[in-house]
Amino acid sequence: MKHLLSIEQLSRAEIEAILDRAESFAEVGRRDIKKVPTLRGRTVVSLFYESSTRTSSSFDLAAKRLSADLVSVKAAGSSVEKGESLKDTIATLSAYDPAAIVIRHPYAGAAQMVANWTSAAVVNAGDGKHEHPSQALLDVYTLRRRLGSLEGVKIWIVGDVLHSRVARSNLIAFARMGAEVTVCGPPTLIPRGIETLGCEVAFTLDGIEEADVVYALRMQKERMSESFVPSLREYAANFQIDTRRLNPRQLLMHPGPVNRGVELSGEAIDSPQSLIAEQVAAGLVVRMAILYELLAGAEQAPSGDGEGSAPTPIGTPA
Amino acid sequence: MSEKVVLEHDDLRRTLRRIAHEIAEKNPDSDRLAIVGIHTRGAVLARRLHVFLGELTGTELPIGDLDISFYRDDVGAKAPAEQPVVHSSHIDFDLSGRTVILVDDVLYTGRTVRAAIEALFDYGRPQRVQLAVLCDRGHRELPFRPDYVGKNLPTAREERVNVRLEEADGKDEVTISEPSPVEVAR
Repeated sequence: MKHLLSIEQLSRAEIEAILDRAESFAEVGRRDIKKVPTLRGRTVVSLFYESSTRTSSSFDLAAKRLSADLVSVKAAGSSVEKGESLKDTIATLSAYDPAAIVIRHPYAGAAQMVANWTSAAVVNAGDGKHEHPSQALLDVYTLRRRLGSLEGVKIWIVGDVLHSRVARSNLIAFARMGAEVTVCGPPTLIPRGIETLGCEVAFTLDGIEEADVVYALRMQKERMSESFVPSLREYAANFQIDTRRLNPRQLLMHPGPVNRGVELSGEAIDSPQSLIAEQVAAGLVVRMAILYELLAGAEQAPSGDGEGSAPTPIGTPA
Repeated sequence: MSEKVVLEHDDLRRTLRRIAHEIAEKNPDSDRLAIVGIHTRGAVLARRLHVFLGELTGTELPIGDLDISFYRDDVGAKAPAEQPVVHSSHIDFDLSGRTVILVDDVLYTGRTVRAAIEALFDYGRPQRVQLAVLCDRGHRELPFRPDYVGKNLPTAREERVNVRLEEADGKDEVTISEPSPVEVAR
């Protein structure tokens, strides 16, 4: 695996390999010294064209805990504001010879384009409405720790599916791990043809009691150019997940940031069945595992320890 | 591939028991001892030494295991599929002031030991670290010398030393195998 651009590209075995690796990074996080020298001397660039708290902070911390040198660039406050193009920005940052570039961009396919321009490993940290693979991996990790396996688990993804890259990546990842996924929301916020990704579709919350896991999505007000719902209040009346609609055996997840009182009630967020805090903690170890997976196999490195196997270059994109 | 047995079931067990005696003899204040095995087979050997040392000293010594994958100096030199499976490390006692017996199955280049010592120091500051290995096959690339050796095995670089232990492989033995001509050509 040279880049992580989408969940689509990963097999179930590859997903499981990353999650197993993340388990051992969880142990590193419990030590007094929460840092290992694995990526010493490598440079990781994180480049965010959209706002982010969780994803950018956890990728940054993941790189630091692996002892990589980190260059963190936010579009706001950088030369992007002076009109520098994505291609020129990548060319500039590539001059530091980074081993990996973590990128978030408002346009679908941006990470793929960057992968064509650079020799670094590219990690898609969210590209428009397309995919957010690291989020899907950390959500599968969180559920796997809670439930042991996702095989046969019923998961409802509720809310603004149309604008959500998380929905797309998670749907693919959950299905690949054997879960039965239903997407639910008002018809205007469910993309046509989504059932071809292997899920059921529901336009009301009727039947949500069958779900083992309820995965609520953020109403993406910033991406809504027209009125998809009459009002947020009406959306909340029909689709908000609150403790009344949630039964105590169900687990609740949300990728964050939450619009309190819109897609989730405050009570539900703070309830013991909410995994939201666990998701954030998982984000760090899963992102360490992603960087390890991509960079532990890269070509430029000191010679082997004489155990016989020659360095294997894996520079060719799959 | 031809395989030559160099330690049989009984030899291997006797050897481990001898190492345990040497450890006890060299460290009279056994209450300061701790045993740490390097994954995978070093950890298995550490558990066995732990039992023997418990019998010899009458004390339950702290035991832990280390996975050194994140400390290797060849990260990036191998494709991920060839990287060793990563386990978690478990050291849930305080290392400071202790004499840590680091246990591995085969001592070869010394790079694993270097990584293990670096990993160990991320957990604390032991008073002393001693190295116990079941086999020393030579060809050191770093200046390490084991404190306790089960068996010295003069080998050629192309040869493989196979340590098999009941807990991991179903039987106890150490063998040396020569690679087939095909493997040499590769």
